[in-house]
Amino acid sequence: MKVSTAKKEEVPYKGEHLVKLEEIENQVSELKTQLESLSKSSPENKISLIVFSGDLDKALASLIIATGAAAMGMDVVMFFTFWGTSILRDKGKKVGGKDFMGKMFGTMLPKGVCELKLSKMNMAGMGTVMMKSLMKKKNVASLEQMLELAAEMDVRIYICEMSMDLMGFKREEMIEYPNLTFCGVAKYLEEAQSSKVQLFI
Amino acid sequence: MSEDIKVDKVMDLKGMPCPMPIVKVSKGIKDVEVGQVIEAITTDPGALADFPAWAKTSGNEILQTDQQGGLIKFYIKRKA
Repeated sequence: MKVSTAKKEEVPYKGEHLVKLEEIENQVSELKTQLESLSKSSPENKISLIVFSGDLDKALASLIIATGAAAMGMDVVMFFTFWGTSILRDKGKKVGGKDFMGKMFGTMLPKGVCELKLSKMNMAGMGTVMMKSLMKKKNVASLEQMLELAAEMDVRIYICEMSMDLMGFKREEMIEYPNLTFCGVAKYLEEAQSSKVQLFI
Repeated sequence: MSEDIKVDKVMDLKGMPCPMPIVKVSKGIKDVEVGQVIEAITTDPGALADFPAWAKTSGNEILQTDQQGGLIKFYIKRKA
């Protein structure tokens, strides 16, 4: 009985209901667009690291964090800038055509992971040698191994073009790494904006 | 206790320091099916904090942790 009366009551108000329905539909679509823009700006399960330092210890720390994060299922992006760019130089590659300053920087800065020094207790290289032998003894992976591991785990590596230019490094003297990309600050900022974790090492 | 857990794969991670245990486990767990269990044996004391953290973020489950002397055994069920 009640149902039929309710139905009868609905009829005269049908127009009004339609207007309300339209209002709700508008609100829903507005919410949808808001939600879309929100999910676009919310951070992804991603970590972006700036590797500024060219020291052995800091390079090791950043690579451990990077591979660890990849193991946790995170998307990992590393930006090598300033002194950090020398970490990615390839010892076996020789490039010509550098000017005087470029040659000087090229000789004075470490050529790749095997030439990095400790930031503390280097003691004219003795400290670094001792640390490397300790790492071997304690089974800590070497930087070469960590870089290989990072490549295997799809860690993305970007190098700052401007730093390379300052130090006179050429693209041809950098290591072989899958999808190694040369970039500027905007690329880093784009990745950092959508990262949950950001580190500067 | 561990007898009633059926292990599908054993991973020997003895002597490996951070971050290798979780790196290896994150790869090794992909060799078993979802629902299957791996037993990871490590000597890294840091793993006691690391494995639960890894399991939580990667969406897997640690069924049991056994400590015998310096050996730590994790029974991990693949869930994701």
